[in-house]
Parts: sequence; C-alpha cells; structure tokens
Amino acid sequence: MSDFEASTPLARDGRAPNVFREGGWTPMRQYSETEEVDFAIVGTGAGGGTLAARLAEKGFSVVAFDAGPFFRPLEDFASDEESQSKLYWLDERIVDGADPLVMGGNNSGKCVGGSTVHFAMVSLRFRPEHFKARTLLGYGADWPVDWREMWGYYDQVERALSISGPLSYPWGPARPAYPYRPHPMNACAQAMAVGCEHMGMKWAPMPLATVSAPRGESPPCVQRGFCRFGCSTNAKQSALVVWIPRALKAGAEVRDLAMVGRVELGSGGQVTGLHYHREGAWRFQKAKNVVVAGYAIETPRLLLNSACPDAPDGLANSSGLVGKYLMTQPNQGVFGRTKEESRWYKGPPILCVSEHWNYCDDKNFPGGYTLMSQGPMPQEWVNIQVGARKLWGSDLRHAMLDYNHMVGMKVVGEGLPSVHNSVTLADEVDQYGLRIPRITYSWTEGDKALIAHSMDQMQGCLEGANATDIFRQEQDTNHLNGTARMGDDPRTSVVNPDGRTWDHPNLWVCDGSTFPTTGGVNPSLTIQAMALRTADRIEALAARGEL
Amino acid sequence: MTRSYPDYDVLAKWDTVSFDDKTRHVLRKRLGETPPRRFFSEEEWALMEVLCARLAPTPQRGGPVPITCWLDARLHEGDTEGYRIEGALPEAEAWHRGLKAIDEQARTDYVRPFIALDVETQVILLKRIQKGEVDARVWHGLKAGDFFTSTLLREVVGIYYAHPAAWSEMGFGGPASPRGYVRMGLNEHDPWEAREAKPGGARKPRGSGVA
Repeated sequence: MSDFEASTPLARDGRAPNVFREGGWTPMRQYSETEEVDFAIVGTGAGGGTLAARLAEKGFSVVAFDAGPFFRPLEDFASDEESQSKLYWLDERIVDGADPLVMGGNNSGKCVGGSTVHFAMVSLRFRPEHFKARTLLGYGADWPVDWREMWGYYDQVERALSISGPLSYPWGPARPAYPYRPHPMNACAQAMAVGCEHMGMKWAPMPLATVSAPRGESPPCVQRGFCRFGCSTNAKQSALVVWIPRALKAGAEVRDLAMVGRVELGSGGQVTGLHYHREGAWRFQKAKNVVVAGYAIETPRLLLNSACPDAPDGLANSSGLVGKYLMTQPNQGVFGRTKEESRWYKGPPILCVSEHWNYCDDKNFPGGYTLMSQGPMPQEWVNIQVGARKLWGSDLRHAMLDYNHMVGMKVVGEGLPSVHNSVTLADEVDQYGLRIPRITYSWTEGDKALIAHSMDQMQGCLEGANATDIFRQEQDTNHLNGTARMGDDPRTSVVNPDGRTWDHPNLWVCDGSTFPTTGGVNPSLTIQAMALRTADRIEALAARGEL
Repeated sequence: MTRSYPDYDVLAKWDTVSFDDKTRHVLRKRLGETPPRRFFSEEEWALMEVLCARLAPTPQRGGPVPITCWLDARLHEGDTEGYRIEGALPEAEAWHRGLKAIDEQARTDYVRPFIALDVETQVILLKRIQKGEVDARVWHGLKAGDFFTSTLLREVVGIYYAHPAAWSEMGFGGPASPRGYVRMGLNEHDPWEAREAKPGGARKPRGSGVA
C-alpha cells in the first residue's frame, strides 16, 4: 500500500499476488524467454484474462503480459475517486475528428484485469438479431457467428461470474435464470422504474457482475458504490478476481508492468514472439502463437507499430482495415431533481435496465440502445455539472448541494461502424519510444438520430418519475470496439471468426476490437463469451493439428 | 442555503468500519501534506489562488480547500489526462499560456493584473473567457473557452470535490469500506449517513452521520 506499488513488478520469483489476501502470494509457474511458449497473450482484461485462463486450463503453456500493475484490491484500493485514477490508461493519445473521443477513465484500464477492474459490471447479452444487423435490420455489419452459439457461451460466462440478475428477463428469447438473485434497486433505480412504467417500457433489475451472495473467496457486495473506482472487497467479478486466479492455478504466467511494443514477424508469415519492456529493459519472449488483447486502441496500435519489411503496413493489415471501423457507444445522460432523498452514491452505480429500444424496431434510426439508472460519485458529478451546465463558483456550489436529491439515466447505444473512424499512428512517441495512437472519431447521422431519440426517452422517464429541473448531458461516450474486425472474407476483415488473423496463422486477436458492430449493450459479457469460444476453437484446431 | 447538513462531518467516521487503512492512508496525505511550488511560477501561483477562489465553491465551514498546490504537484509530475485534441498544446504548455492570457486579457481590458481586479470584475471577465469573448491576439491560438472549461475549471473543481470538506458540505457518504450501506430506497438512509436539515424542522437533527 505504498506509492511503490505501481513501479515494481510483483509477479516474479515463482509467485504472484494473491488477490484475496492482504500481502498474500500464490505460486506461479514461470517460463524462460527462450522457451517457445504455446501462447503469449498481450493484455489481461475481459479478452486476454479470460483466454489465458481457458487456454491454461486446456493444457497450453501461457504467458500473459499487462502494461499495468498487479493489484491486491483489499490493500491497494481506497474508497476514493481521485487516487483510484491509477486504474486508468492515461498515457498520451491524440484525438481528432468532428467528435474527438475523451479517453482515460471511462474507456480504458492499465492494470492486471484491464478495465474490468473499474467497469460498472453491467452484463448484458446482445439481442440475437444484432449479430446479423446488416441482413436482418439493414444497418452495420453481420457477425460471422451464430447467435445460438454465442448464447451458449453467454450461459457459461454468466455462470463463471455468478451474475446477479432477475429470475426472468423481460426481453428476447428465453434464457436461464441468473445464477444469483438481483441486487436491491436503490432510489435512483426505483425512480427509473417509475419513469419506464410511465413511458410504457418494461424494466428490470440490472444483471451485474458483482455477487449478491458469497462465491468462493468473494463476499457479497456491500453496496459501497465505488465500483467504478475498483472494488475493495472483491465482490466484483472482474478478470482480476475471476480469470487471473484461474489462469495462475492452471499454470499460466502473468507478467505485470510489461509493455509489449512489437510483435516479431519471422519467415513464412509466422510470428515468432514479442518484444516487451519490463524493469527498464526491452526483452523478447519466444512464442508459438501471439494473441493481441489490448482493446480497440492498443491492439491496432501494436499491430501497426509491428510493421516490418515483410509487413510494411503493419501486421495482419493486408486488408488495410487494422485500425478501421473504430466504434464507441453513445453514453449521454439526463438528470433531474426529486423532492425525496435519493442518495444515489449507494449501491452499484447502475441497478435498473430497460432494453426496450434494443428490441423495438418501430423507430426512425438504425441501431438499438439500452437505458440504465445512474449514480455518479462527487468528482464525476461535478464534471457533468461543469461540462453540461457550464456552472462554476456559487452557482456550482448550489447545484452540488442538491447531490442527494438527484436521479439520472444514461444510454448505452449502438454506435455505428464507419470506415472513417479509426486508430492510426501519430509521429509523437511515448515513454517507451513507441509511436502513440491518433484516434479519429465523428458521429454518423444515424448515431445522432439515436442519441436524440434516447435523450427524449430519458427525459420522458424522468418527467414520469416527477423529477424537476431536468437537464441533459449532451456529450459522453464509453466502450470501444472495432479496429480489427472479424469476418468471413480476408478482403473485408482482419480476423476470421476464431480471432485468427488472415495474414499470419499464429497471430490472434481476442478483445473488443474484433467486433463488427457494438450491439446496444455494454461489451464485456460478449468479449468474455468470444474469448471462451476462441479457446474452444483453438483446442479443436490443435486436436486436428491445424494450429 | 435551503438545505444542508450542518452536523455532518465525513471525517467523524475516520475510526469506524466505513474507513479502511488504504483510504486513511490516501486521505491522511491529502489532508496533511502541502506540496511545494514546482510547476507554476510565483506569479502563476498567485493568479491560481485567486482563480480557485472564484471558480470553486468555498466551504461553509473550515478554511479554503487547498487546490493550487495539488494541481502544481500533478503538473510537475507530468501526469497526463490520457489524451490531447489534435493541434492542442501539450498540457503543461497550455497551462502556462492560458494563465498568461488571462492576466494579459485583464491588463488589456482593465489596465491592471487580474489579481488586482475587484471580485465582481474578475467574475465578469471569467464569464467572457468562458464564452470565448476575448481578444484573440492575447490568446496566441489557444481557444479561451476550451482552456477555461476543459483545462482550468475541470481541474480546479475536480480537486475541490476530492476533499472531505466538500463531501461533508454536500452530504456525500464518503469512504464506505468495508462497511457499505444497507438502506437503499427513496428517503432511506443508514445511521452513518448525513442527516439532512429540513426547512422549519428540528434545528439539530439526531445522530447525524457519526456511528
């Protein structure tokens, strides 16, 4: 618990931090750099963490790299917004386009477990039709996988994380009851439910990846409300708490504070390993396969930064699509005041969901969206006041004194894929000497229509809940997808349905960057489901000698 | 003030199960340390002190919340926000140039340094800067409105609302580990949460926020 924590690797000398014990350790198998491991995985979040666990459990030798530190939540996580910004990826990035993305806290993580360490735990399935949005709904792109197969993997992830959710879910085909009972809805969620009734929309307690009863070494959630700044009790079922311990137990090695800078391409189009920076020096790990799981910015950045004479435009980029079709999700909010005390800092920040506009097609815009209740902490809340209402000084103070009487809702929308939204390399380099990413983003006309529609719906809900002084947060985004899209055709995609790059048979991608569309829900459950699928496919291919 | 929490002090929970060791460690540092001036010049520091007084609310009780020293520490350590808009100055440079421009704008319009203006004039000038109604020659390509909102204001109020005095004033529950909360619904609160003073109600509410 010193400031030393973030500067020295902890996973070394045959042991890794035990996330369930203060000062605790767990044995860790280690591999030498000259040993050609089966899989070197870049990133340990929803994609890489999940895949590391499953591949190790299937008997493959695995080394997983993360640029960030390896935390023990019980001793490292304070109940404090400011100091917990240590969980974010805050290295410099250039943003441009008509709607430059705000990077940092709400869309990236830099620690073992990735952004699942600070995600809001929303665990939703895609609507089945959203996997074939182009064919069935006329927009976006089709996924090269069948929704029934994906729903089978959703079942598995929901059980692995013991998702707490309602017995029956109001939208879509029948699904199993969630493993654990739902969390109680806080005042803000109750207000949203009243508003949904008023608007004629169904609502439900949000399925969440934080346990409502004990599970293994995780105690039940105590409703402390700091979920988006790291869970200090381990109730949250992050990759750090769920998949990393499983990976270590199954014999995987995790290297923390290890920034991968380049994947090495050998002869015959095969990659041979990766260059990474740890403890002040560049090092090289040999590997039979490399999996890039750095999320939608760092994944294309690494592939592009790995350009070499045999792949002058970057690895896996013969289609020219690495870094293209970046998608974010609209995350606008509407807020209002209630006479009653709401004290919305209590409980997980999002406790009520309506997927009405994912499943209703009677609308004048492409894509779907989810509505959810919202409970910002003070720094988040003042940031909204300053950005959306331009308040400062005594006006700001008056507004902030209403904190305990506020209710609010947010949208998570299906941002549409556009080839103009992209990740490329800037000329500027970072502390490792690596070119930093340039992130270009502009909303499409469809996105703008979706955003306008969702804000009217949220306003209607809050009015229906008798909120007053309603205002809109017109600009916010979260989640990142695309930039290494999967498909059936090497000319129009970067990876095949297994996450295998078309160009290099032993180079894989396993994270949100393979998404052809974002769906109208938060992506973490789908990223984990895809990782489970990729692990099963790798096992099947290996059994047939096709790895 | 129509509503507030006159008897609530989030720090009264310091020795209870709402605070854990890591949180105490972090807050002890925030409350006990005053980082020295390393990033700002003396003139910039003096200007920042005045800007903080205008931009951030002043707490009802206790002294002013220290902001300039923590901002200086962050900028000195080179911590970045994680992104920069194309064409924008690197953050450190934007601060130096933005503060210089605020002062020069004051000298251009009022023939005095910003800190020598009366409070009312300072507020009027800051409102103009927020709206971008400035002399572009003074700002040397920096967008005044963006600097005001996205750089200056966000940082100042962000640091303010990381301070327990701000949490007490707004009735925020504050640190909540290992003990979280039990009573979650409308108009419900646990004994260890702030008790709101109702207009015309009992002047001294019972059991406010200490347990």
